[in-house]
Amino acid sequence: MEKFNTHTGLVVPLDVANVDTDQIIPKQFLQKTERIGFGVHLFHDSRYLDHEGTQVNPEFIINKPEYKDASILLARENFGCGSSREHAPWALQEYGFKVILSSSFADIFYGNCINIGILPIKLSEDEIDQLFKLSPNAQLTLKVDLPNNIITCGELSFKFSLNEFQQYSLENGVDSVGWTLNKLDTIKAFEEKMPAWQ
Amino acid sequence: MTISTPKTMYEKLWQSHLVEAAEGETPLLYVDRHLIHEVTSPQAFANLRFHKRPVRHPERTIATMDHNISTRSIKIDAAGEGAANQLRALGINCKEFGIELFDMGHKNQGIAHVIGPELGLTLPGTIIVCGDSHTATHGAFGALAFGIGTSEVEHVFATQTLRQNKAKTMKIEVKGHVGAGISAKDIILAIIGKTGSAGATGYVVEYCGEAIEALSMEERMTVCNMSIEFGAKAGLIAPDQTTFDYVEGKEYAPKGEIFKQAVVDWTNLKSDDDATFDAVLTLNAKDIKAQVTWGTNPGQVISVDGIVPSPEDFSDPIEKESCVSALNYMGLTAGTKMTDIQVNKVFIGSCTNSRIEDLRAAAGIVQQFQGQRVVDNVDAIIVPGSYRVKEQAESEGLDKIFTEAGFEWRLPGCSMCLGMNDDVLEEGDRCASTSNRNFEGRQGRGSRTHLVSPEMAAAAAITGHFVDLNA
Repeated sequence: MEKFNTHTGLVVPLDVANVDTDQIIPKQFLQKTERIGFGVHLFHDSRYLDHEGTQVNPEFIINKPEYKDASILLARENFGCGSSREHAPWALQEYGFKVILSSSFADIFYGNCINIGILPIKLSEDEIDQLFKLSPNAQLTLKVDLPNNIITCGELSFKFSLNEFQQYSLENGVDSVGWTLNKLDTIKAFEEKMPAWQ
Repeated sequence: MTISTPKTMYEKLWQSHLVEAAEGETPLLYVDRHLIHEVTSPQAFANLRFHKRPVRHPERTIATMDHNISTRSIKIDAAGEGAANQLRALGINCKEFGIELFDMGHKNQGIAHVIGPELGLTLPGTIIVCGDSHTATHGAFGALAFGIGTSEVEHVFATQTLRQNKAKTMKIEVKGHVGAGISAKDIILAIIGKTGSAGATGYVVEYCGEAIEALSMEERMTVCNMSIEFGAKAGLIAPDQTTFDYVEGKEYAPKGEIFKQAVVDWTNLKSDDDATFDAVLTLNAKDIKAQVTWGTNPGQVISVDGIVPSPEDFSDPIEKESCVSALNYMGLTAGTKMTDIQVNKVFIGSCTNSRIEDLRAAAGIVQQFQGQRVVDNVDAIIVPGSYRVKEQAESEGLDKIFTEAGFEWRLPGCSMCLGMNDDVLEEGDRCASTSNRNFEGRQGRGSRTHLVSPEMAAAAAITGHFVDLNA
């Protein structure tokens, strides 16, 4: 996994609550056996006017030319709800998003993001609101500083927090499976004490 | 003498599975049972192969083919090339890594969350995970069960553990008894209507109260299944005699003395009387009526005797806006009676409502309509949750009741709940569905889903609109 330290990027404001993972990557694109090839289908039903995905919907904010290079997604509450499909964060990452800002995330989605190196940042509703108010008027560029847990945008700055180990994993690009495999003796000792029915 | 702090069931499950809580690390929990299917596992197997890592306990993982499969044919190629590739990959992966697979036509094949319980793979007091958000279903047994992403599937394969932050706890008590004709689906939809679709994000929910205790195991599964639909990490119901009777004798369940010892341990799982929860929600069962969703998330739900709400009914600006966009997508006008909404598709199935009791309930309604058939403009399909359910239903003659009334009797699978196979709605279709998600495009681009119980779905098929069966 790639290490995450600081990131400065353009914000695209997606002013929608309860964005579910079916919207992020619809079911017809889940038949791959690889981790790649999902970015082009990100937000398919909103991004394209036709089922085949040949006609781009110019009204969908992510398609607007001024947001072409956005790498930070700003969204309303309960982002990533629904299906556990990791294909959703894979699609977001392949499209180019490195950071997602929301006032709340669905649990499974949040964990999936961290596991692949996307930084989900939870801010208060008021802070998210402030960012939404800023973003339509200007090309909003944010600097995200993970080691110091701070986001800055000109005069504005917001603190955020992350679970200690998740922060460490992102900053160091930890291979979480390898990390746990180093603890095999502890796991084996646990197994020896388990009741017979378990 | 030390007095131990009263614990919730979640805390007991957590403690009994805590492998390690090292300083600065997310706690490491042991996983007893891992269910896998063709869609969310291939990339996890690929990474194992890349790192030359084995599956640590292949006997703790069970694989089934469910998401992608055709419900018209048993052939692996019947649902298209992409599906067939994924299904074949699962076969190859299971063989290489030594995992037992219920493949096409196997007597144990079915939806992961249907076969786990019916085979005794689901046990109280265990941690069960699956790369599928409806894994919460197994919480009906007092198992801590939750959906995981593919990176976590890989972690479980390689280590038989998972790193998890401790969730908050919420108690949802349903007091008293529900009225006649009110199903488990109505109970859970009413709960979600009350909390909203993210009301339990960050929580593990424990359902309790007389109305919950009175439920059969299959009904409890319906309740726990939809825990994720209001954001809960997992849903739990304390195991009791109903649970033990259900588990005893199942193919993979412990037998003899080991089963007896297990029951002793399982009996102690329930939350201590004075355990405290971070949040408590109480409902009166008698107030719960038959439910229908009107919007595009499961929290947008109302009683069948109600009317489609107006954005003005919501004070929260985000809920107001969500109502506007839901009405627009659903093609509904505020104030319309729910019973005036016409449907042209009916789906009875999914891990929420495809078990034998669901099919019996639906068939019972069909019989109440005495010889009436599915109305001409409605296509109605019944998709049993597993081959065992299908066989049982056929032995009871339920398939005949359905087919004689004009329903299509299909082969088991996830089917139209998510439409990964060819069971997909067309743009503008309106469906009464016993599944769990009414998201935009979930059952097909531009299609409109109303979540209901099997009884309500059967009645909608025959009349062409929603019916208040208790009126």
